[in-house]
Order: sequence, then C-alpha cells, then structure tokens
Amino acid sequence: MKVTVDRALCQDHGQCAIAAPDVFRMDDDGKLVYEPNPDDSLRDEVEEAADVCPVQAILIGD
Amino acid sequence: MADPVVIVGAGMAGLRAAEQLRAAGWEGPVTVIGEETHAPYNRPPLSKEALAEAADKPLHEVHASLAFRQRASVADVTWRLGTRVTGCDMDSRTVTLADETVLDYGGLVIATGLRPRRLRLSGPTVGRSALRTLDDAYALAPRLRAGARVVVIGGGFIGCEIAATAIGLGCAVTVVEPAPAPLATALGPEVGAAVQAFHERRGITFCTERKVVALTGDEAVSGVVLDDDSVLEADVVVEAVGSEPNVEWLAGNELDLSDGVLCDAQLRVVGRSDVVAVGDVARYPNLRFDDVPRRVEHWCTPTDTAKQAARTLVAQLRGTPATGACTAMPSFWSDQHGLRIQGFGLPRLADDVRVVTGDLDRVEDGVIVHYHRGERLVAALLVGIPASQHRAHRDLVEAANPLPTDDKLQTSVLKGVPA
Repeated sequence: MKVTVDRALCQDHGQCAIAAPDVFRMDDDGKLVYEPNPDDSLRDEVEEAADVCPVQAILIGD
Repeated sequence: MADPVVIVGAGMAGLRAAEQLRAAGWEGPVTVIGEETHAPYNRPPLSKEALAEAADKPLHEVHASLAFRQRASVADVTWRLGTRVTGCDMDSRTVTLADETVLDYGGLVIATGLRPRRLRLSGPTVGRSALRTLDDAYALAPRLRAGARVVVIGGGFIGCEIAATAIGLGCAVTVVEPAPAPLATALGPEVGAAVQAFHERRGITFCTERKVVALTGDEAVSGVVLDDDSVLEADVVVEAVGSEPNVEWLAGNELDLSDGVLCDAQLRVVGRSDVVAVGDVARYPNLRFDDVPRRVEHWCTPTDTAKQAARTLVAQLRGTPATGACTAMPSFWSDQHGLRIQGFGLPRLADDVRVVTGDLDRVEDGVIVHYHRGERLVAALLVGIPASQHRAHRDLVEAANPLPTDDKLQTSVLKGVPA
C-alpha cells in the first residue's frame, strides 16, 4: 500500500499518529514522520488515520 | 432488488455512514439525500482559512479544496443533493421529499446534523450572519473587509475562531458572551479567561456577562444593543450562539427528539430497530464514561459514530445480533490566531481543573490542563503544545475511563435507554 501526505495541507494535528501509530508518528518538534509504503495488513488503521485527519491530507494508493 | 439503505443528510456524517455501511459488508443499494447542493466537504476551515479565501476565490475552487475524498467503495452510491427530506413514516418505511416524492427504505440512517441557532432579535436582517455551510461563508466573507466593525455574538469555539479570522483580516472585532468568559461552557472559566486574555492581546474586545437584546439600523444593521442598554456600532453581526439539531422531519414516529434523536449505545434509534443515527444529531451514551446519552458536537463524531451505526444496521438487515458499542474517545480541536487547542475526553463532566504544565497567563507558551471529576481524570486539554506530546495525555484519559467489560457492555446495550 502507498501512503502520501500532502505536506502543503498537513498542519501537524497528530491524529494520524494516534489512529495508526505503526505508520505515522510525531517527532520531538511535533512534525509528522511516516512510512510511505506500509504493509497491506495495516490498511484498516491507515484508512482510520485518513478519516480522522482534520485537513484530509492523507492519500492512500494501492 | 432490496430496498436501499437511505441516508438522510449528505454532510460528513452521510458520507462516513455510506463508507462504513460498505465496510460493514452491506452490498445493497445506498441512497444519500442532502439539502445542500455541494458534495460532502470539510467544515472546520469555514471559520478559518476558507473564510479568508472566500472573499476572492470562486466557490467551486474552495469547495474543491474542502471536498472529502471518497472511498472507491461508495462509487455506486446514489446521491440526491439539493433535496430536502420533509417527513418520514417509520411504520411504512418511507421518507418524503420536498417535491412530495416518497422513497421506500430497507434501513434508515439519520445524519441530518445541526443548523446554527438564530437569535430572535427585531430589526434589520441585512448584515446578520451565521456560519455553518460553504454558502454561509460566501455570504459573510465579502463583508469582513479591513476596517469593518464586526460584532460576534457568542464566544464558543466558532465565535472565537471567526473573531480571530476577522481581526486577521483587519476588522475591528468585539465578542459578546453571556458567560463570564469565552469558551467557559466548554472548557471552564479558568481556561476561558486565559483564552480571552490571549485574544485581547491580539486586539479583540470582549463584552462578557452581556447579552444582545436588539439590533439597530434601518435597512442594514448599524449596531447591537446590549442588556445594559449600551450600544456597539457594527457593520457586520455574526451569530455564533450554538446549534439546533435537524430533527423536525422525524416528527410523528414516537421518537425522543428532545435534543437530537435518542439512541442506545449501538446508535440504534430508541424504539426503531431498523433506524440508526450518525454524527452530532445522535444523542447516545458513551459507556466509556457513563450511561447518560449526550450529543457530541465534535468534528470526529461522524467518523466515530458511523462505524458502530453501520455495524448495527447491517446486523439488523441480516437478522443477526449487533455487537459492540460506540465508545470512542472524544477528541476536539480549535485553531485561533495560529494557537492550537487540542482536547481529549469530556471536560464538561469535570468539577476540578488542574494546570499540570505551563501558565494560564501565557497560553501561547504552552499549557496542559487536566479535568477531574473527583479523582477521576475525565479530559485533558493541550494548548500550544506540539502534537508529539498529545498521545500521552490522551492515553491517561483513556486509562482513567476504561471500556466496560464485554458482559457489562452487553447488559447496558440490551437494557437500552429508556425512551
């Protein structure tokens, strides 16, 4: 699965890091770091992360 | 073909309901009916950057930037936008549209959300606004020009955000709030006073413990009259005084519509096995905290409630028992002059507010507040704190409010909520 975060939209809310901690995390400065090619078994939590992103910046590809 | 699942309401709640029906395995037809002509879009920016953009960008462009990306699973859903539902007969399983068309349903999802509450004030209507929809933002934006005198009635989250946006655009802004401080109802008077001081440092004026009793002006608003007889001159008046659930179309079905629509912990509408509710129109108990049904007006609510509501409805349509309950951790945020306020839990349950990090006199430097009910931590609020520190506090609230055991959950759900 391919995950892309639109950096122009991302406002570092951190909701994705709560929904899908295996894929998204906030670094010590509060900036987003993420795994762009997570295993397909994580699809449910990545979809959850995309849903809860307040600025809808997460795009999921195949 | 089976009668469709009809979702009434085509905002975020309607979209999430459709997506979660598919995720729960419903492969039959789904129809979403909504009064707005715009496909579902994200509302929070309407009081912030989108309100600023609406003055000089065309509506379709701003809508395109706010529209929700829809999952492939809902590509075959039928959308009936620009269509108002006027009634519903749950015994015959039909909804009636404004043009008197009657649609049959096999299952019904109530997702009609809220509308802004409006004040009953005599006087001119030109120059009065409320903000909920994209069209509302486009009506308000052109009037927030530099130098305009803006009175925001109501110092809740929306009122504070609009005030912050307006002052950023060069308006002269006054907020009128009946409580002793803005946000006091949601976050308590201590935090409210701190946020007020923060806004005042950025030039916003507050009239607290004051109500607007009348408007002045002939054709257009020229000012507001407060309950101490003082007058604030105004070119623009924005009412941000809370919301009312859109439930009138549900009348006549023996439902409890006293504040939204009463649901059990599985989002099933009390008294109707084939009807569920999603989003901030649903009043349901979150068994993580207690068994008191509440409406939750947070942005996350549609996403949180749609999952369980879809599972409940799909189980009903298949004739199997529904499992689970909606026990999501409430999460909410607000952005004001670039200051992020992030909360987890239910601050309104608290009887004790404790500052655990920082100083309320300087919220912009970062403050963490814990809300307790007795010794139990019921909410955490992080103001100006990087998101890397949010999770730890959310986890504390989660640990203090654990999920009920399966047995207990099942008993509560079976017991339902008395109508």
